[in-house]
Amino acid sequence: MSESLATVSYIGATILFILSLGGLSSPATSRRGNLYGMIGMALAVLATVFGPRVTAAGIPWIIGAMVVGGSVGFYAARTVQMTQMPELVALMHSLVGLAAVLVGYASYIDTSIQLAGAEKAIHEVEVYIGILIGAVTLSGSLIAFGKLSGKIGGKPLLLPGRHFLNLIGLLVVIWFGKVFLGAHSVDAGMMPLIVMTVIALLFGIHMVMAIGGADMPVVVSMLNSYSGWAAAATGFMLNNDLLIVTGALVGSSGAILSYIMCQAMNRNFISVIAGGFGGGAPAKKVGAGETAEPQGEVVPVNAIETAELLREAKSVIIVPGYGMAVAQAQHTVFEITKHLREKGVNVRFGIHPVAGRMPGHMNVLLAEAKVPYDIVMEMDEINEDFPDTDVTMVIGANDIVNPSAQDDPGSPIAGMPVLEVWKAKTSIVMKRSMASGYAGVDNPLFYKENNRMLFGDAKKMLDEVLVALKS
Amino acid sequence: MSLTIGVPKETAAGEKRVATVPEVVEKLVKLGFAVAVESGAGDLANCSDDSYRAAGAQVVDGAAKLWAAADIVFKVRGPSQDEVGLMREGQTLISFIWPAQNPDLMQQLAARKVTVLAIDALPRVLSRAQKMDALTSQAGVAGYRAVIEAANAFGRFFNGQITAAGKVPPAKVFIAGAGVAGLAAIGTAAGLGAIVRANDTRAEVADQVVSLGGEFVKVDYEEEGSGGGGYAKVMSEGFQQAQREMYAKQAREVDIIITTALIPGKPAPRLITAEMVQSMKPGSVIVDMAAEQGGNCELTEPGQSVVKHGVTIVGYTDLVSRLAKQSSTLYATNLFRLAEELCKTKDGIINVNMEDDAIRGLTVIKDGAITWPAPPLVVAAPKPAAAAAAVPAAKKGHGHGAPSEPMAGSTLAIMFGVAAALFWFIGANAPAAFLGHFTVFVLACFVGYMVVWNVTPALHTPLMSVTNAISSIIAIGALVQIAPPLTEALSVGRPTDAIRWLAVVGIVLTAVNMFGGFAVTHRMLAMFRK
Repeated sequence: MSESLATVSYIGATILFILSLGGLSSPATSRRGNLYGMIGMALAVLATVFGPRVTAAGIPWIIGAMVVGGSVGFYAARTVQMTQMPELVALMHSLVGLAAVLVGYASYIDTSIQLAGAEKAIHEVEVYIGILIGAVTLSGSLIAFGKLSGKIGGKPLLLPGRHFLNLIGLLVVIWFGKVFLGAHSVDAGMMPLIVMTVIALLFGIHMVMAIGGADMPVVVSMLNSYSGWAAAATGFMLNNDLLIVTGALVGSSGAILSYIMCQAMNRNFISVIAGGFGGGAPAKKVGAGETAEPQGEVVPVNAIETAELLREAKSVIIVPGYGMAVAQAQHTVFEITKHLREKGVNVRFGIHPVAGRMPGHMNVLLAEAKVPYDIVMEMDEINEDFPDTDVTMVIGANDIVNPSAQDDPGSPIAGMPVLEVWKAKTSIVMKRSMASGYAGVDNPLFYKENNRMLFGDAKKMLDEVLVALKS
Repeated sequence: MSLTIGVPKETAAGEKRVATVPEVVEKLVKLGFAVAVESGAGDLANCSDDSYRAAGAQVVDGAAKLWAAADIVFKVRGPSQDEVGLMREGQTLISFIWPAQNPDLMQQLAARKVTVLAIDALPRVLSRAQKMDALTSQAGVAGYRAVIEAANAFGRFFNGQITAAGKVPPAKVFIAGAGVAGLAAIGTAAGLGAIVRANDTRAEVADQVVSLGGEFVKVDYEEEGSGGGGYAKVMSEGFQQAQREMYAKQAREVDIIITTALIPGKPAPRLITAEMVQSMKPGSVIVDMAAEQGGNCELTEPGQSVVKHGVTIVGYTDLVSRLAKQSSTLYATNLFRLAEELCKTKDGIINVNMEDDAIRGLTVIKDGAITWPAPPLVVAAPKPAAAAAAVPAAKKGHGHGAPSEPMAGSTLAIMFGVAAALFWFIGANAPAAFLGHFTVFVLACFVGYMVVWNVTPALHTPLMSVTNAISSIIAIGALVQIAPPLTEALSVGRPTDAIRWLAVVGIVLTAVNMFGGFAVTHRMLAMFRK
């Protein structure tokens, strides 16, 4: 295949990738979007393999590597539980990060690339930045994976003077970058490169460790963005436009998702990245001194009473949160939904943009349980309907239904848009205990007179509710 | 030693309620109390002596014996002269008292050195007091019954029907005052199929009216009528003028008017004048729920149902007693909840804890000392300022999907300035080849931004998964390194094996991502169905 043919194939692949992202804008076109992505990827890989930059000697290696990696990937994709999607995505980001690091090193030690002057300097800067982003993505994603899968605690780790540490890290990286550019041979440049990689890895760990569990959706999409930028940097390094375009597409889409997430929480992107939300908040709460202690009392109910309330309702809104994912309760939720809908009850779902541990997490879980997507509503679509609703059922969610976000200016989550479940005639909150959510904020909802608490594991309690409903 | 709760037969004329019902007796016994009921106390509320016995109560003949046996007396109406005479020192009485309207009764009770909890003195704004709020539970019953009385006196269907025998228009019902009774009436009338309109001086109840299926009729005048504690206050003359005009208009249009307007401690406001009654269609009905306090309608005769100018005016003062079983059950539950609060130890001993806001408010006489009125509660009343502040804050978050607000001019200028400086720097220093890639890069960022901005939030996870799969495009980087076509000269000194191994590992990693990413996205998207 000639150089020109490879180039036009790349253009084709780029268009397919853009169509792929565009196709995901609605559920109806989303499957086609994914197909475009696959075709684009196949086209890009084939054009490269049969293009002028790869000789026949490399093909067996490529096939071997593809088969090994591909089978692992397929296996993981087939066996992963939908509740573990955030972990899987985080783990996959780390692979892209590692690949970027490896390609960067390979490019640096490749003596066949002979450049001089400004071009050489730019190439080296690109290598340096590519490895830097790749390493941050790698270690950050691994920590995010650990946090999401519960292997590392969700509490933010706040080292003293953490911003100072980051600043020192940055300065050291810049200084070694200068050393690296000044190095005359590959061997001399290797040392600063390795030191920078280590610092970047530590920085990635430190950055994600300092971010509280409640901000995980932002972190996951931010790392998604980083893996894209890493690909773009690699493209600059190798003078490959396809890599640049695709990396930029992925990078900007991840950045926008992060931005949307932050907006949904009414938080500043920088302050999320700077970290310390979950732990720093209580101190702020005391300082503000205005945070009203919730008053009133909590009214617990049991599964049978919950079933009674649901049976008598004409319209029900279910608000799922991370608790539903943890308890794997989505199938029971759907059974209850189906049962109520057969009885003519208008059941809908209200999804907060940051419910769960990654953007859109709840939608995927409900889709897995075969809940039709046209009864799954976004917060903005459904918030006005709560006053006309008889029963809202909150399953394992806390901060996203906290009224103090609206009426307590001293609250750490003040101003965050929330689902106004308390406006329904009755709200039922399913929780394991009275413990506060990830934000560590007490929830006045629990003390409202029209609120009932159903304590226990979401799956177990919902099973009981279902049995009571059917009897 | 557990205490005995005594439930006497109500002595007031026309009173059919009883202060506890057999279902609640069981619960009181579980709290550790002994329960004594006067023989025949529940007869008019369909609760026989036998059913009380079956629930664990002792049935006592005669009021004197009962009052002597009881440590705590549950009653509905305040005690009569005779009953006060039966009380002994240290006894506790729980009933409606209306201390403001009955100063003499208060003095008499205080003289007997008893403790009195007036259920009507409950601080209603306390949310945990709601379960004890007998005013609310009884008003709800009255509101329901008012609609039933109206339907009884009204000569037509409530709901509109189209039948073989012709078309029937729905009845139009206007409800003045949307307190608990008014809201119950709205719900009941709407449930029967009538067109319901309602008005209240407190603007904040409009939502509640609408939520029950009514239509809120506004008075064309700006004034807030919330008098604290969930009651209305007396309004200004200008407002009253506008209100009268609105009522006159409604009177001409509707078939049924139900009035519930009460202002605490004052005679009921006159809302419906004789002229308005005259202007109503013949066969119309007015139910005046404020008849006991003088009536909202000028022509109301308390306790009677009369027909004037062809309009039936129902002025019954015993609406609640006309649904005695229901109102007794609700009242009994209210008192049971109060008993729970008084007896937190569940051993049948009460503790009138004056530190507790709800109990403090209820207690009007403590061991012979008048403690009414209770000091005003320090309650976090709904702060209008905070609510107003919350609204703009809440609006901010809705930007996604909709066009976001344009940036402030100064911010935009700074951003353009920074971008211009950056571009100038790159343009001045970078070689041409780099600029080609840079152009592509910047444009691709914008394309990504435009494309992703429209993605529905439901698909964020698949989007992330597919972009993750696409980011394995980095495989290209590894592919071109594995075995590039090299001239002899260039391959000298090139660590070919090292590069190849790095590249192979890179390909394996990205292949995991590539195949896994697309496969898992496919799996997820296959689940999204209508």
